[in-house]
Amino acid sequence: MVGEETSDEERAELRETLGLMDPIHVQFSRFIVNASKGEFGISYQLRRPVSELIVERLPATIELVVISALIALITGTLLGVYTGINRKGFLSDFVLAISLLGVSLPTFVIGILFIYLFAVILGILPSFGRGEVIDLGFWTTGFLTVSGLKAIILPSVTLSLFQMTYIIRLVRAEMMEILQTDYIKFARARGISENSIKYKHALKNGLIPVITIAGINIGTLIAFSIITETVFQWPGMGFLFIQAVQFVDIPIMSAYLVFIAFVFVMINFIVDILYYLIDPRIRVKGDTASG
Amino acid sequence: MTFLKINNLSVDYQMRKETVNAAKNVNIEVNKGEILGLVGESGSGKSTVGNAIINLIDEPGKVSSGSVILGDLNIHENSESIVKYRGNKIGLIFQDPQTSLNPILTVGEQLIETIQTHLKLSKEEAKNKSINLLKEVGIKDAETRFDNYPHQFSGGMRQRVVISLALCCEPELLIADEPTTALDVSIQSQILELIKKLTKERNLAVILITHDMGVIAETTDRVAVMKSGNLVEIGETKKILTNPQENYTKSLVSSVPPTNKKISRFVIVEKENNNKKENNIKILNRWSKKEIANQDLVEIKNLNKSFDDNFFTENSKNSVMAVDDVSFEIKEGESFGLVGESGSGKSTIAKMIVNLFKPTSGDIFFDNVCITKIKQRSELMKFRKQIQMIFQDPYSSLNGRLKVKDIIAEPITLHNPSISTLDLNNYIYDLLESVELTQKSADRYPHEFSGGQRQRISIARALATQPRLLVCDEPTSALDVSIQAQILNLLKDLQEQLNLTILFISHDLPVVRQMCDRIGVLKDGKLCEVSNTEHLFLKPTHEYTKELLRLMPKIESIYN
Repeated sequence: MVGEETSDEERAELRETLGLMDPIHVQFSRFIVNASKGEFGISYQLRRPVSELIVERLPATIELVVISALIALITGTLLGVYTGINRKGFLSDFVLAISLLGVSLPTFVIGILFIYLFAVILGILPSFGRGEVIDLGFWTTGFLTVSGLKAIILPSVTLSLFQMTYIIRLVRAEMMEILQTDYIKFARARGISENSIKYKHALKNGLIPVITIAGINIGTLIAFSIITETVFQWPGMGFLFIQAVQFVDIPIMSAYLVFIAFVFVMINFIVDILYYLIDPRIRVKGDTASG
Repeated sequence: MTFLKINNLSVDYQMRKETVNAAKNVNIEVNKGEILGLVGESGSGKSTVGNAIINLIDEPGKVSSGSVILGDLNIHENSESIVKYRGNKIGLIFQDPQTSLNPILTVGEQLIETIQTHLKLSKEEAKNKSINLLKEVGIKDAETRFDNYPHQFSGGMRQRVVISLALCCEPELLIADEPTTALDVSIQSQILELIKKLTKERNLAVILITHDMGVIAETTDRVAVMKSGNLVEIGETKKILTNPQENYTKSLVSSVPPTNKKISRFVIVEKENNNKKENNIKILNRWSKKEIANQDLVEIKNLNKSFDDNFFTENSKNSVMAVDDVSFEIKEGESFGLVGESGSGKSTIAKMIVNLFKPTSGDIFFDNVCITKIKQRSELMKFRKQIQMIFQDPYSSLNGRLKVKDIIAEPITLHNPSISTLDLNNYIYDLLESVELTQKSADRYPHEFSGGQRQRISIARALATQPRLLVCDEPTSALDVSIQAQILNLLKDLQEQLNLTILFISHDLPVVRQMCDRIGVLKDGKLCEVSNTEHLFLKPTHEYTKELLRLMPKIESIYN
């Protein structure tokens, strides 16, 4: 916050006004009180209120995470069902082999490979940034411009790969297990059509654990986005956080971590509610307990 | 008139190294309005035949030859054609109603989907039909139950739902694969009555697959006996059970515990070699055999146990009284039986006696010392040594990562850490031979043994500490009848020679009659009646005991 020419007196005064000279417990309780009001202080590096910075960067991260989560869930489930049903086909083996790559390669390596392939060699997609964004007042979105849409493809695919492979394997294992159960056999014995057995009877049961895992993983997606955002210079919160770490910008770091914790709690809460809505067995437990 | 005709049916399982013939040239005919029993021990191929009829065999098995003629249709013409007869012409009921319904679809959804698959009915018509069906199989309040999920039904009710699903498209053949094995006696009789009633009313042809000779005797018109994929004998039930022609059938019938009399030993027809007799209990010379004093070894006073649902919920609402004010005593050297249906608290009592559960209130005295009040671990160990337990499931009660000798050595070295290796090994060999296993078994792992052999290992492990009280929790309910007979004989011999006191827990009344001197009957955690075995079977006083005795399937009913 200070330049080379700042005098020692001025530095001391600034420390005093920022409260850096107070004992730790005083500083900490002040942080708690302010944080509960949504105030995280002023960024040392950018000299602007942290809450303002977070709100400014939030849309970029949310858009990236939502798109990645959708890609991971939809493709992951589809491929998982396919490989679970056709266990021996060439395509299944291929998908599984690729998924092994997705699990084992670190995100930044995949990101760099994508940039090299699509931006440098083929030159069809931008290698960094968000493209043009449109400001809606409370939100800035890249969905409404061509360059914005193009820009989100590489980072979101990169970010989703790990989760996607995870979901593929989970759905596949669930499907294979459920297709062996007695109620599937009983459904076959009643002459229910194969399609209904696979997509109605088996898939619905198979998705129950997927929802739990996927919910928790959306939290992980936000956390992972730090790396992806850095690789693609994506102007989101993760990028902000990395810069903050480099400058020891403690207000930003603490605000970011509190925010991530809040998101995790909220997502788990939503997942629990979803679970309750989807699985009738849990619903009834609640009923009997209340009456 | 012959309705179903199975000709030379063979089913092969193509394994990596060999081909297993699960069924070999089976010929069976079933008439309309008739219940044919298909009986055999595990691995006999009885379920394979049932599943083969509708070509629903698990991979990699497949029907290798033979034909199935239903009426005048050859339903095995090709593997696709069979699909359209499933549910439509042939209904199937599986063993476990807990797992045969889809947990996240309502009963109504499952019924409507099945009906609409086969019959051209609108949703409304299908719903009406389903509700009528649910009424027909004896589900009260069918209109509201229609929208319930499977877990909201009890086991017996669920099996009724399964039956309604199997019958909803008016099949002419019903295959019931162990439909009552997972159910309590009272529910079992209701379900069997229902199947009998439906057979008559709908003029069904029924194949009832079971291992229970009592069920066969009471329910079926004709019976087919299977052994390792072969059809041994087929004929009228009465003829087969009273006058079996084949050796295997004879041994099968004689291993069934009779319900009407007490016998000293089970007759084992097959492979009974008389050379190993009497002196096979080798541990006898090590056993510090106590003279049987005429006293109570175990005394249970006002025992209570409640399970609280959750730490946070109110106890008054959710606590379940698993054991409710139970008092009885077991004399030294006696076999005491505890019988009851599932949830009656019989296993809970066993676990409290061996000190795995703490009672909520009440006292357990062992040899006149109150073991529920012992606080010191070293004091408790003395009692643990004298009380040993044999569990129901021989598959999960042995640690699969340990060799048999390590499994048996564990309790010995625990209570006697100074035993020498040589002595320990000899002791293990003696124990193994006492339960009629070879010395070689010591170096193998549990998965290399069959269920009956594993139960023998469990017994050897229980005997290793030279206990005075043996608690047997359903020791044979996971085993075939012939194996059950062997294990029960073994327990009887051991008890006689070693002066053991046995607490025998079972839901199977005929078995209890053969094993026990006195019996206590439990219902919902309460003790209904305690009396001498013969007295209890001949002159039961409590209503519930009478009910149980009336409902148990009796193989002797065939003589009436």
